[in-house]
Amino acid sequence: MTPEPLLSVRDLSVRFLLPGGRRVDAVSDASFDVAPGECLALIGESGCGKSVLASALLGLLPANARTAGHAHLGDLDLLTADEPTLARTVRGRRVGLVPQSPAAHLTPVRTIRSHIEETVTRLTGVRGRSARRKAAEQASLRAEFPLDHLDRHPHELSGGLAQRAATALALIGDAPLLLADEPTTGLDRDLVDRTVDELRRHVDDGHALLMITHDLAAAERIADRVAVMYAGRIVELTDAGAFFGSPGPRHPYSRGLLEALPERSFTPVPGLPPELGSLPEGCAFAPRCDRATDICGALPFFENTVACHHPVPAPAAPHATRTPEDTRA
Amino acid sequence: MLELRAVTAGYDRRAPVVRDAHLTVAPGEAVGLLGPSGCGKSTLARVAALLHRPDAGEVVLDGTPVRGFRHRAPREQRTAIGVVFQQPRLAADPRLRLADLIAEPLRATGRRASAADRVRELAGTVGLTPDLLGRRPHEVSDGQLQRACLARALSLRPRWLVCDEMTAMLDASTTAALVRVVEDYRASTGAGLLSVGHDRTLLTRWCDRTVPWEAVAAG
Ligand code: SF4
Repeated sequence: MTPEPLLSVRDLSVRFLLPGGRRVDAVSDASFDVAPGECLALIGESGCGKSVLASALLGLLPANARTAGHAHLGDLDLLTADEPTLARTVRGRRVGLVPQSPAAHLTPVRTIRSHIEETVTRLTGVRGRSARRKAAEQASLRAEFPLDHLDRHPHELSGGLAQRAATALALIGDAPLLLADEPTTGLDRDLVDRTVDELRRHVDDGHALLMITHDLAAAERIADRVAVMYAGRIVELTDAGAFFGSPGPRHPYSRGLLEALPERSFTPVPGLPPELGSLPEGCAFAPRCDRATDICGALPFFENTVACHHPVPAPAAPHATRTPEDTRA
Repeated sequence: MLELRAVTAGYDRRAPVVRDAHLTVAPGEAVGLLGPSGCGKSTLARVAALLHRPDAGEVVLDGTPVRGFRHRAPREQRTAIGVVFQQPRLAADPRLRLADLIAEPLRATGRRASAADRVRELAGTVGLTPDLLGRRPHEVSDGQLQRACLARALSLRPRWLVCDEMTAMLDASTTAALVRVVEDYRASTGAGLLSVGHDRTLLTRWCDRTVPWEAVAAG
């Protein structure tokens, strides 16, 4: 039924070792797959570990990071691959990165054409001036970057066009896996929608997309499946339709996050997330959770779609609908 | 009243980014100003917060026309307005601990003695735990830093608040939490609010009325 996954992550953990023997558990035991033609959105608040997870997949962690687990991209384990392999065969070729704040990612003194041509030279076999120029223009068109803006510098582009330029670069190597790290931060809603729809087009063309975001509306628009991260752990991993629609999320944190939206009850999850440097032994959400009991002092295992001792029950009867939680606010 | 009358402003007199803008916020009222990025709404927010001198037009604060902007603004006018910006990292001195960041306006206005108590109270209001107050900006998340920036904006109990895309970088829960802090503050003090942003759903849920940029400024 589901196609063979392209990226298969199992029990991925990332720890940072700090001076004085301190340790930060940025990611703990994350497991998920992403298949070709599928978008998995990894959502959570800033500092929950989702960007660290992305860096781990690209081999871009700082030197004081220690990883455990596996992240298989085909026959290659991204966690154990050495830097020359990652630089020569992975980044850009097998994994295309659509970065956060593309304007900052592009070199300010060079035109977009020069960025794209350089990447074409580096990642494809295209040689010769006119062939390179043509390939660069094709790459621009694939990301709907207007050709008459190619000779502009990054600061001369709107946020939306800078994002398209970055997407064009990410697509040049024809990498089967795209990794988008908060690609819509700071964009207006219209532009968020357009950026997300363009990314979706590349998914429908057969790319696998892992999109990391705190923007729930963007995730709803693009994702087939959703993984919710809290305090370094994936606490829910489920079908996007069930998550955003009916029956809704089952993990108390995911529910709280959705209910915080201004189009829903606009009620914040009380309290603050824990420090990744001093996580409790049991469920890290317990101090903020209205369903917590004594057994939450032990870590909940991931079962079905959630890691929770008392998940919101899945509807028993087919007639069951989403219960309005708004009144509890 | 916080009134913007025929305000034209920008960074180059020949090419103003705001032309002939009119906007009034009544005491206790929450007004959302909705516009796409790059339209000039942030510049107008800075004018309303007395941080940017307009090329033409005037700002009238509680009946008194504003004669000076930025450090030239009279203290009683400057302190009547609290401001929160989109990017807390650009708005916070990276060397300051959060407690000192929140206390900045208190110290600058000679309230040093009572600052510590007030900072503790404000931290509670915005949901910052005491251990976070000793940290510097790079040691906290965007959401935690924005909480501190909001506490700083409330420290002098302003009659007016100007929020420029205050939650654009934040997740849904932190957004809802910060909006609630602003609304609780307004409910208890009667302060007026100008909230500038691009998210229609958010502004219409948050504010008493939301006006589109085209209705405020000339094209
Ligand atoms: S395990 Fe317990 S504390 Fe954690 S989310 Fe589930 S019910 Fe709440």
